[in-house]
Amino acid sequence: MLLIHCPWCGARDEAEFRYGGQAHVDRPPDPNAVDDREWGEYLFVRDNPRGRFSERWVHSAGCRRWFDVVRDTATNEMSAEVPSRSGRR
Amino acid sequence: MATPRRTPPEPPARLWRNPEPKSRYDVVIVGAGGHGLATAYYLARDHGIRDIAVLERGWLAGGGTVRNTMIIRSDYLLDESTALYDHALGLWEQLPDELEYDFSFSQCGVLNLAHTEQEVRDSRRRAFANQLNGVDTEWLGPEEVAEFCPVLDTSGESRYPVLGATLQRRAGTVEHDHVAWALARKCDEMGVDLVQNCEVTGFRTEGDRVTGVRTGRGPISAGRVGLAAAGRTSPLTDTLGVRLPLQSHPLQALASELLEPVHPCAVMSNHVHVYCSQAHRGELVLGGGIDSYNGYAQRGSVHLVERQLAAAVELFPMFARAHVLRTWAGTVDVTPDASPIIGPTPYGNLFVNCGWGAGGFKATPGAGRVFAHTIATGEPHPLNAPYGLERFTTGALIDEHGATGVAN
Amino acid sequence: MTSPNRLDATVRPGRIDRTRRLRFTFDGTELHGHPGDTLASALLAEGRTEVTTSVHRGRPRGIVAADRTEPNALVQLHGDCPEPMLPATRVELRDGLVAESLSGIGWVGDRPDTAVHDKKYVHADVVIVGAGPSGLAAALSAGRSGARVFLVDEQAELGGRLLDGHERIDGAAATDWIARAVRELAEIPEVRVLTRATAVGCYDHDYLLVAEHRTDHLDTVGPHQSQQRLWHVRARRVVLATGAHERPVVFEDNDRPGIMLAAAVRSYLNRHAVLPGRDAVVFTTSDSAYSTALDLLAVGASVPALVDTRPQPPAHLVDQVEAAGGRVHPGSTVISTKGHDRVRGARVTELDEQGCLSGIPYEVDCDLLAVCGGWSPVVHLFGQAGGSLRWDRTAAGFVPESSGTHLPRVIGSARATHDLAGSLAQGLAAGAEAATACGFRIAAPRVPPTSGDRPNSRPRPLWLVPGMTKPPEQWDRHFVDLQRDATVADVWRAIGAGMRSVEHVERYTTISTGQDRGKTSGVNAIGVIADALMVDSPGEVGTTTFRPPYAPVRFALMAGRERGHLHEPVRTTSMHSWHEAAGAEFENVGQWKRPRYYPRPGEDMDAAVQRECRAARTGVAMQDVSTLGRIEIVGSDAPEFLDRVCTSGFAELAVGRARYGMMCGADGMVLDDGVSMRLAADRYLMSTTTGGAAGVLEWLEEWLRTEWSELDVYCTSVTEQWAAVAVVGPRSRDVVARLAPDLDVSSAGFGFMEFRETELYNGIPARISRISFSGELAFEINVARWYGLATWEAVAAAGADHGITPYGAETMHVLRAEKGFVVVGQDTDGTVTPLDLGMDRLVSRHKDFIGKRSFARQDTARTDRKQLVGLLPLERERLLPEGVHLVEPDVPLRPPVPMLGHVTSSYRSAALDRTFALALIRDGRRRIGDVLHAPFEGSSTAVEVTRPVFYDEEGARRDGVEHG
Repeated sequence: MLLIHCPWCGARDEAEFRYGGQAHVDRPPDPNAVDDREWGEYLFVRDNPRGRFSERWVHSAGCRRWFDVVRDTATNEMSAEVPSRSGRR
Repeated sequence: MATPRRTPPEPPARLWRNPEPKSRYDVVIVGAGGHGLATAYYLARDHGIRDIAVLERGWLAGGGTVRNTMIIRSDYLLDESTALYDHALGLWEQLPDELEYDFSFSQCGVLNLAHTEQEVRDSRRRAFANQLNGVDTEWLGPEEVAEFCPVLDTSGESRYPVLGATLQRRAGTVEHDHVAWALARKCDEMGVDLVQNCEVTGFRTEGDRVTGVRTGRGPISAGRVGLAAAGRTSPLTDTLGVRLPLQSHPLQALASELLEPVHPCAVMSNHVHVYCSQAHRGELVLGGGIDSYNGYAQRGSVHLVERQLAAAVELFPMFARAHVLRTWAGTVDVTPDASPIIGPTPYGNLFVNCGWGAGGFKATPGAGRVFAHTIATGEPHPLNAPYGLERFTTGALIDEHGATGVAN
Repeated sequence: MTSPNRLDATVRPGRIDRTRRLRFTFDGTELHGHPGDTLASALLAEGRTEVTTSVHRGRPRGIVAADRTEPNALVQLHGDCPEPMLPATRVELRDGLVAESLSGIGWVGDRPDTAVHDKKYVHADVVIVGAGPSGLAAALSAGRSGARVFLVDEQAELGGRLLDGHERIDGAAATDWIARAVRELAEIPEVRVLTRATAVGCYDHDYLLVAEHRTDHLDTVGPHQSQQRLWHVRARRVVLATGAHERPVVFEDNDRPGIMLAAAVRSYLNRHAVLPGRDAVVFTTSDSAYSTALDLLAVGASVPALVDTRPQPPAHLVDQVEAAGGRVHPGSTVISTKGHDRVRGARVTELDEQGCLSGIPYEVDCDLLAVCGGWSPVVHLFGQAGGSLRWDRTAAGFVPESSGTHLPRVIGSARATHDLAGSLAQGLAAGAEAATACGFRIAAPRVPPTSGDRPNSRPRPLWLVPGMTKPPEQWDRHFVDLQRDATVADVWRAIGAGMRSVEHVERYTTISTGQDRGKTSGVNAIGVIADALMVDSPGEVGTTTFRPPYAPVRFALMAGRERGHLHEPVRTTSMHSWHEAAGAEFENVGQWKRPRYYPRPGEDMDAAVQRECRAARTGVAMQDVSTLGRIEIVGSDAPEFLDRVCTSGFAELAVGRARYGMMCGADGMVLDDGVSMRLAADRYLMSTTTGGAAGVLEWLEEWLRTEWSELDVYCTSVTEQWAAVAVVGPRSRDVVARLAPDLDVSSAGFGFMEFRETELYNGIPARISRISFSGELAFEINVARWYGLATWEAVAAAGADHGITPYGAETMHVLRAEKGFVVVGQDTDGTVTPLDLGMDRLVSRHKDFIGKRSFARQDTARTDRKQLVGLLPLERERLLPEGVHLVEPDVPLRPPVPMLGHVTSSYRSAALDRTFALALIRDGRRRIGDVLHAPFEGSSTAVEVTRPVFYDEEGARRDGVEHG
């Protein structure tokens, strides 16, 4: 049971969150401008490092907001929780 | 309701040499799990290639091969899946003789439970498809389920009553350590070098070809390289700048103490996310869903284990006083469509077999055979032709999510 | 009648209550003990040395240990719900206990377990595992700081090994110090102490799982009292004071009953006043067993030989033992034993400097052989948390590597600090340090003086005593793992087979895979492997990975309260009681219970559904549709947002109107569907499928928060705020007119896909929409959830003279399928696009939306994909099973049979007076008019492919018939 630091609510058990995979995967601004291979990469290919990984979580059983975390996938050490994107709300 | 005691196999007195790696091989297989060993075996048996090294970072078959729940079945939904897994099942049936090793393939049957009306529809769809594909899947109503597996609670009183199940009678369980040892022994006999404690850290390349691998024990040249590294595939291909649609996750399973035989078959339930069988020695072996987050730590989160056991006790009330003796977590590599990737890469003589998620063990001989074909001929075998990387571009996915949520 | 091996209270009082006598039954024999006994101590007191036979070899076996490391004495507890594989050393004796010996394999009974198992979730600043001297000291210093401290120990009493000996702290008996500590801890409000509580798991981020036995010591348990509790503890700092396990030595015939661990013998003597044998050989590699010898001598037993591997044991210890009448044999080893169901003697010989056998072996008669092969720090939890270990030559054990900040702090015997003063000092310091790290500044207090301490000079480790004659491959009575009956010969066989890794050897030999998970055998096995591989030390072999749980945990305890009706929450609508009273059959949809149909007496599902369908098509019928998901989407950018997530346009939708919409995943596959209403310029109410509601909300939020955070939109689930009744059928207008007298229900005044806010005749505010999932004239009445039942009853009353008929999900499915409306998740499976469903007109060409780009991919753009079609069996009465596959009519049914697609929905239609189906068929739209075959149940059913609309294709019934 990971301990995850929601930037708004503080440290909570993993069970309150849902995982969102790799952070900072931008949707192509004009999907029609990319070819099938690039579009396929956007849909299906994500980084999968053993080590530090920038990833997203959503506090689904709490404030329901998304944020980014850097976690070491080999040790589960977590750092640098920041709101996803501009995090306007 | 006791079933007869079964004896696990006696391991043989000779298994393998522990050779020092040579400086060059025709084929280097990365990963000495079941898939890597089976690949080497079929390369040697079917393609006459004997100059093979299987390189293993830890101890042979120390990953998913011996951390799975031992279930062998082929009752998948889609034609492509059924063909591959049923090919494997056919090979499983031959392997004990072929490898001269009784690894206790017990065709005790696998039940796949349906708890909702939609699951009934999905299950029957799968059973109908299996029958037309020549796979022996049947649909059982609740009474037939109760008769086949009396330890299941089929009373209809539970939160999610058993509305029926598919049954594949040819499916069953094997003793997984012995499978690995049987393959390893035969590989070794045929001259394959099984090299343990030899971690591959990267590749040597020339243009669009790999010329060998870098290992903790020095560089090794290779004519062709096959990756069968499961959860560790991405860190390897990352060194070549090849990004694969894989995510590595922890997958947990657990076993009880030894108990007198009581569970006649293997049972899976996608809805409550648990699968359970009893090993030959007597321990109950249970698996469940994968952890949500990426991870290589071989540790999972305990609330998943708690959910899994709550589901197990719901399905099998009489197991309430059994004890969890050990839990473990492996690293599984999952693809977007819950089907594996078996085929070539942008590097002409580098091939991958990965993305099996939680389902790789049962495919071991089938995967090894088609991967060996792919490595030996440079072209996919008809059975793995649909499993190439291009499907993520064209959209021709082999999406097994609908039918096998647990994808065990 | 006293038990034969129970010492007189004047010799050893023990920590038992002799005023009470407990009866228990072991293997059918009635025996006696006292409160404070374990099953094992009571058996030993009664002279039951041999307790079982071994799993494979059938050799007699006795009690070896006094704690959970016990490898042999496994029992099955009988009772209401039998429990398998409990070590007798961990079963507290209670009156009426019935136990059966096991040979390494237990059984499960077939009666349900009605015992309560529960869970607690707590936070603590400092968690200390183990309440021996170092753990107690840590709890004291941390507790005094004001930090929230959680101290757990698996024994019934605090004190750990201090309860077995005669140490003195601060000038008084150690038990006095313990008593003072217990009192002090009890008075600190932020300190919680749990006994009979085993820390079984240590997970990421300082999360511990503690299994507490709450009733084992009680004669009676209340019906609602939890027998066991699983504590989930999130700590800020973890201190492990888990002690050390004594390990045996591997020699020939080392498995005979009467061969016990030396510290266990001492524990039985002092804690339970039990003398397991009269003539004891003590065999040791270190100082600790001298205390056992001295205690044996003190209670009148003889110690004809104290065999010490060290050539020069500490002189003062030798003097003490010899002064008390024992005899020390330095530089020697036990090489084998004799006896059968009980050890009768030990063969002893000398060891030379290299550790080889030398001298002439001699026999010493005995009925007890107390062995100490050294101490293995209990590092399981540290290992589980990811800590690494190193072999410590001096301590002859695996000890924690210096720990990083994120790892638990290990103190006392668990880090091979065996002396009492050192343990106390480490505990006091670690407690203060942990509390300070949590912001409770405190200095470690002074370490109290100690005496009578267990001596601690350097051991001469020995795990394997060579056999006298044969080579190691044949040492098949040198037992490494007693529970698994595995020997040195087995280890050598594994090595000979090619195995080098300890993981392989353990799997090959099954060593350390028993119920005790190798707590006594693990290190010896590694030592034997190291010898066989001729490597320098066990450290080069290494350990296997430590994985939870440290001790076995009942399945039922892990399940906790999540069983039966609490296994998963049940969601019901506010009309649920009415449905139950009406005899509805329910269906699980997600967590919801939905009425499936309302059978009348004598009706099966088919008959009920036919009747309900007829009512909806010819009169009026009503359905509870409260379970549909509802999401309010609010904000100035809400129209733009809906345009981006839905395949069709919503920005143009007028306020007061509703529109059907479909959502796709980024891959272009159908995700969910539903009708959305525009409540205001900046406000929509989206409905979703019952099962999809939560997922859709998360999906919308994900796009809003992580991709389009510039949009001013908020999403709120309002599923639980509303109750809704669909009133369906040609007569529905009359019913709604009565129900909502202020509403103009004429088709001119209230158009299709419009909604109105109104008040029902009974004053209930309602939002009524004209939407239809059946093709009939239909109204959906939405009210606040708490008015749900009243509204349902009002509708029933208003429609009574029209014979209004309640219908369930099954009828809803038939009605919608007759119209060709799909159910996402039934007619789609995550591989179907809106175009595959023939919903081209719902797919906007003018705007982008999630998933649109994916339609252009090579495979997705094919025109021969599986497409939704209708099927009419040529035999009108033949009902196709859902899930059945379609094949070309002339295809031979020899596997593998090429399949074209499958039936997604199949029903008997009252309106059509025949069966019909929906199917996804490859190139289906081009096959309309063709005949295909559906092979099932040994025959083939011919079906005609049709357009997927069977009823009122022109939509004439939507507005019903005007009356008046």
